[in-house]
Amino acid sequence: MWTIRPQAPSDQRGRAERSLSAWLERKAGLVFLLPAVGVMLGFAIFPLLGSLYTSLIRLRFSGGQTELGFVGLANYRRLLVGSEQAHLLGRGGDASWMWAVLLFLALLLAWGLVRRYRRGQATGWSMAGGVLALTLAWLVLSRLVPGSLLGTLQTTLFYVFVGTALQYVLGLWLALLCAERLPGTRFFRVVFMLPLAITPVGIAYMFRMLTDTSKGPLQPIWAGLGLQGFSWVNDPWGARFAVLIGDTWQWTPFAFIVLLAALQSIPQEQVEAAAVDGATRWQTFRYVIFPYLLPASATLVLIRMIEGFKIVDLPNILTNGGPGTATESITLHAYFAWRTLDIGTAAALGFILLILVLLFSTVYARALLPRARGEA
Amino acid sequence: MRSRSPLRPSWLQVAFTYVALGISAIVVLFPLYWVVVTSLKLPIEVFNGPFYLPFVDFQPSLHAWQYVFNVLGPDVKRAYLNTATVAFASAILTLFLGAFAAYGLTRFEYRPRVGAILSFLGCLALMGVLWVLGTPTGVAALMALGLFFLVLQTLGRRFRRSLGNQDVAFWMISNRILPPVVVVIPIYLLFQQLGLLDTRTALIISYTAVNLPIAVWLMRDYFMGVPQDVEESAQIDGASRYRIFFSIVLPLAAPGLVATFLLVLVFAWNEYLVALFLSKANAQTMPLLVSAMSGTRGTEWWYMSVVILIMILPVVVMAILLERYIERGLIVGAVKG
Repeated sequence: MWTIRPQAPSDQRGRAERSLSAWLERKAGLVFLLPAVGVMLGFAIFPLLGSLYTSLIRLRFSGGQTELGFVGLANYRRLLVGSEQAHLLGRGGDASWMWAVLLFLALLLAWGLVRRYRRGQATGWSMAGGVLALTLAWLVLSRLVPGSLLGTLQTTLFYVFVGTALQYVLGLWLALLCAERLPGTRFFRVVFMLPLAITPVGIAYMFRMLTDTSKGPLQPIWAGLGLQGFSWVNDPWGARFAVLIGDTWQWTPFAFIVLLAALQSIPQEQVEAAAVDGATRWQTFRYVIFPYLLPASATLVLIRMIEGFKIVDLPNILTNGGPGTATESITLHAYFAWRTLDIGTAAALGFILLILVLLFSTVYARALLPRARGEA
Repeated sequence: MRSRSPLRPSWLQVAFTYVALGISAIVVLFPLYWVVVTSLKLPIEVFNGPFYLPFVDFQPSLHAWQYVFNVLGPDVKRAYLNTATVAFASAILTLFLGAFAAYGLTRFEYRPRVGAILSFLGCLALMGVLWVLGTPTGVAALMALGLFFLVLQTLGRRFRRSLGNQDVAFWMISNRILPPVVVVIPIYLLFQQLGLLDTRTALIISYTAVNLPIAVWLMRDYFMGVPQDVEESAQIDGASRYRIFFSIVLPLAAPGLVATFLLVLVFAWNEYLVALFLSKANAQTMPLLVSAMSGTRGTEWWYMSVVILIMILPVVVMAILLERYIERGLIVGAVKG
């Protein structure tokens, strides 16, 4: 009897365990997937909805107390057409050369569209891409006219587009150099990867030292150029370029690594055949190598641009957004609004940035990616 | 007559390549060198213009290192511990959640119904409306949840159209598009409600959420490359799914795990914006400490350089030693994206 008693409950437990494990086995797919879905819902989708609500309220101080008031779209209105418009969108100017450039761009886009239409490739997305490109071009060009002012939107676009282009070109150049399989390139590969691992905050301080024209290490160069005493960070474009250089220093390696991998997967015989046929280096690159790089390049550029829209640490540390608001990105703008307890505006800015990134990446993914990958 | 074979670059080209590579390497390394040198300088040597070579241009001194380790010691140590704890904990958590989800996405078939998702969103919106109208959060959540299951069981089944694994995976990676600044304010309010503001826990959870999409994407790619016949025979032998996952799949995907872990660790180590919003003194991480240092007495470059160096040292050493793994992680992320 004594031997059976302790066995009975353990048998029951065994059955419960068995049915539990059978249930777990049947539901294994959900058990594997749901934790990640839960985290993403909880910390990305729900907060997104919360943010939508936050962007519709304003914090008010009345009699030593704070109260939240629902203000509808007032935060957006203030940013897009109201008193904060100059901060976000800048103040436009008018010049005939601007319209000329815009017209030229429009014609170029129209020509491209017609060509794609003839080939039966044009889609609604290409149209949307053209419209988006023209709008952005107008928003940027009209702010470059003398007497106008760039807002945080244009500054962000500057970092995203100019930065990505620079990083791509430099990364491609370095990758082409390293792909020659000369002895010692492994050392350079390790070196070129370093900036990626370094904390952006640290990079910002490094470049603050380097841009110092009187005590920084490059002082002899500045003195030679007659620029001693010129302060980068006090000049709007100087400050923007300082941020851009820091960002490029950090992210060129990303383009380099991806493009190097793509380069090394190119069948060597084709390159050799082109060389034997007497193609120049440029021809080999343009007609043999570059088509192979196109798919990876398209994805790489998209990823870099999406990440580029989020830039915040470099301008915050390097120039603190200044002079004035010259180097403020949208994220930094939102952070400054948040710091003054204007949480409605901060959330609205976040949403405007999100819409911008979504619009841009959707159009890019629909209109350009398939073509670059040879799917269209 | 051609003086060279078309396939072999001439010595001029080789020389040009090395010169270009050398210049690029200097551009990359010089800022780092300058930080190291500055950390060995006295204030007067920093202020009197550029001095380049220790022992030649100036006498190196360890005063800044001593000051940082002795006087600033407790602050730096706390921030360092915070950074290390948060980065490692969130990287491990991200890795496991990501590997789980990625395994699920490559080995099971999911058919989330459009109807179910729509009814879920509808009930979520309802909860939001109720909450705005002043219903207590708990009540609103319960009502929405109840309604969701009701709708799911009745109307949800009407919409037969369903999505596939591809859509789930795409939804996950598209979370990466979200700029952190959009979600960080509600997350701040949430942690405020939970009393978790300025704690490591809050940072660990947020970093995990931010980095999870990358982890899922990378691990999915690795699991697609792991041959499935071993798993199938293990399944025939009666091993459970979890046993297969932990003792067969994970060991086989070890290189992928390392690559993902490193990438996520570096991102978490360097994170700035979320930490800026969510932590002050208690859970201050190194990037925050460094950026707060310049405020008090102007920028004291010699101390700053020391702190920057100890902040970046672990990630740089890791990048050098495990370069291949990080490289692979980046390539998969970009090329297959």
